Amino acid sequence: MLEYAFRGSKRYWAWLTFLCIIISVGFYFYIKQLSYGLGITGMSRDVSWGLYIAQFTFIVGIAASAVMVVLPYYLHNYKVFSRVTILGEFLAISSVIMCITFVFVDLGQPSRVLNIFLYPTPHSLMFWDVIALGGYLVLNVIITRVTLGSEYKHIEPPGWIRPVIIISIPWAISIHTVTAFLFAGLAGRPFWLTAILAPRFLASAFSAGPALLIVLSMIVKKITGFDVNDEALKKLSLIVTYAMCINVFLILMELFTTLYGGIPEDVSHLQFLYSGLDGNHTLVPWMWASSILALGSLIFLITPRCRNNYKILFLSCLMVFFSIWIDKGLGLVIAGFTPSQFGNVVKYWPTLPESFIALGIWGVGAFLVTAFYKITISIRQELKV
Amino acid sequence: MTITRRNLLKMMGITALGTAFGKYLTARADSPVARVISKVFIENPRSQKNRSAQKVRLAMVIDLRKCVSDQGCTKCIDACNQAHNIPNFGNSKDAIKWIWKERYEDAFIDQENFYIKEEFKGKLVPVFCNNCDNPPCVEVCPTQATFKRDDGIVMMDWHRCIGCRYCMAACPYGSRSFNWRDPRPFISNINEDYPTRSAGVVEKCTWCDERVSQGLLPICVEACPEKALVFGNLNDPASEVRRLLKDNFSIRRKPGLGTSPEIYYLV
Amino acid sequence: MYDGGKIITGLLIFVCLFTSPFWYDISSKTAMEKPTPVLPANQKECVSTVSFMLSDHMELLNTWRYEVVREGKTYYTSPSGNNYKMRLTRTCLNCHSNSSEFCDRCHDYAGVNPYCWDCHNKTQNLAGK
Repeated sequence: MLEYAFRGSKRYWAWLTFLCIIISVGFYFYIKQLSYGLGITGMSRDVSWGLYIAQFTFIVGIAASAVMVVLPYYLHNYKVFSRVTILGEFLAISSVIMCITFVFVDLGQPSRVLNIFLYPTPHSLMFWDVIALGGYLVLNVIITRVTLGSEYKHIEPPGWIRPVIIISIPWAISIHTVTAFLFAGLAGRPFWLTAILAPRFLASAFSAGPALLIVLSMIVKKITGFDVNDEALKKLSLIVTYAMCINVFLILMELFTTLYGGIPEDVSHLQFLYSGLDGNHTLVPWMWASSILALGSLIFLITPRCRNNYKILFLSCLMVFFSIWIDKGLGLVIAGFTPSQFGNVVKYWPTLPESFIALGIWGVGAFLVTAFYKITISIRQELKV
Repeated sequence: MTITRRNLLKMMGITALGTAFGKYLTARADSPVARVISKVFIENPRSQKNRSAQKVRLAMVIDLRKCVSDQGCTKCIDACNQAHNIPNFGNSKDAIKWIWKERYEDAFIDQENFYIKEEFKGKLVPVFCNNCDNPPCVEVCPTQATFKRDDGIVMMDWHRCIGCRYCMAACPYGSRSFNWRDPRPFISNINEDYPTRSAGVVEKCTWCDERVSQGLLPICVEACPEKALVFGNLNDPASEVRRLLKDNFSIRRKPGLGTSPEIYYLV
Repeated sequence: MYDGGKIITGLLIFVCLFTSPFWYDISSKTAMEKPTPVLPANQKECVSTVSFMLSDHMELLNTWRYEVVREGKTYYTSPSGNNYKMRLTRTCLNCHSNSSEFCDRCHDYAGVNPYCWDCHNKTQNLAGK
């Protein structure tokens, strides 16, 4: 089936070439990072996790969001999702690979990464995160290989794939829950130490992921004519709407508890994010942009006339995606470290090499999604499915 | 299902896997199930009984009444930096700090008190790794590169550290530093008796574990001109640390978190 | 076979390129020489037998670093009954004082690059820092 990825139009190859350039630039800067050390990034003694872990956290959510299409289609036989589920699963595979890459480039001694497996540590959440992510990748690779392969061969998929698919549903929930536990279990970081973190992660994942899936499906239809069909898009947009409502609600809950409870240590992190602290306003415009995007997207999504208008839906989904990307991809990690354990505000902003490395990894994800979608759509269009 | 040979083999396989996994979950003392059970069911987490029941529980007492760090003294810091090849990068971003000074209000940030005794306002106090009895950094390390020794010192294994910096995120005290670059060019005078570290690993004060192993005191304790630093075994009722704690009022940094920091400040 | 000429030619070129490191070594005078580590002048006995050290010094060092850092042990008893402190700089380099004349000779030949010296000191007053 892989040969379908090697045949394509000029536009397809131009896009892949463009992505390869982005990936190469990222790779070049990663080599620089390997020789200089992680000091080439903006991270410091006080803000010791930055863009890489932030992107990892956001993309794990995208990976988990595949469950939003897998669950209706496989568990409840919702045939409307017949075309979009495979796209969701391939998005999940690409996302997990991006996640693993982001963690890898964040390591100070990447050559020793196998120590996690040589010396398993069940009391460490990071150990379980690696297991969960690895397992999820394996599950999705098997599922897509078997289901798409069976379609390609014009046969029914084997019976044993069904329990594997069913397992992937709670497994998807677990990968994002365990990532949330990574943060939420740290007593020394009050910004993260909240039971609501895992539900927030899941709600934001189930908004941003399907939103991205809608955007990708629309782009795919424009370029290849492969139509995931209107009813699927409408259902997905409803999923995004409800999930985004829950996500914004949970954010407001967090705001209430922190602000009304008024504990200075907790409030200071929110102050840093939304109004600036000690003269540092780095994230303030970003967070307000995120809030405006979130509320704006909700207005569009809740109004049926807007939600069913594809142009507005496309825009709303992009708004959802970027709003959550800012909130999870920048706000969460940086604000956890600012102010520091001593109340200091240390500025963090990604450096140029750091940004290009991150961009390169997004390029890897885009490359994988393009190749996987090319294969899937070529096969489906041949089969006229 | 009918008992065919195939089904029997399948069931035996699943039983074996299940048993092995069950053993993995429960067998060792630090297995996930054992730890959950001990945290939830066994003891009141605030009780003294939960502390290490080992022979030696090392601790440090810092007498802030004797310490003159707010008058510019840096003898403990200098001795430590020299003995352990601590680099000086010249910028705070990459800084490596094993012992350093913080203002009293920042070191004891949970002790909000605008009307504290005048001499404590803005007083610089030395802070170290507290070598907690219930260290969150050890809890989160995915490779056990940081681990608690039998005498209570929280050790660093620089051979094993993968530089994920999860321990830095977990530490409530900001005690840990990361080598963002190769430190060697930035060490003024290499002490050959102690290794330097490479880029990409986390490091912190380990109460001079290499000296303590040979029965010596940590070098900061020896270097202090005012004898403000006292080090010893808390489980020995006759030790000086026990005597000091019995006779003087002491505070610790963020004790409410349950980490049980083992540096006691006499105020 | 179809296009046989091109395939065989391509295969031959590939095999030559693939085995080029071996040709390079065979043709070069120095690359094939056996490594000559400089042995310490005044000490005849190492922490273990020569044959063991030749084949397993990596294992020994691995065991040492595990026992020193993680188990807090200090002394190692050699097969001949002597006690040595398990230290790289202070014990091994006590006799094999010049690592570039000893360690590096075989390591360069074998193409391995152990990272000991990233952290451990090679002692200052001697060459090979």
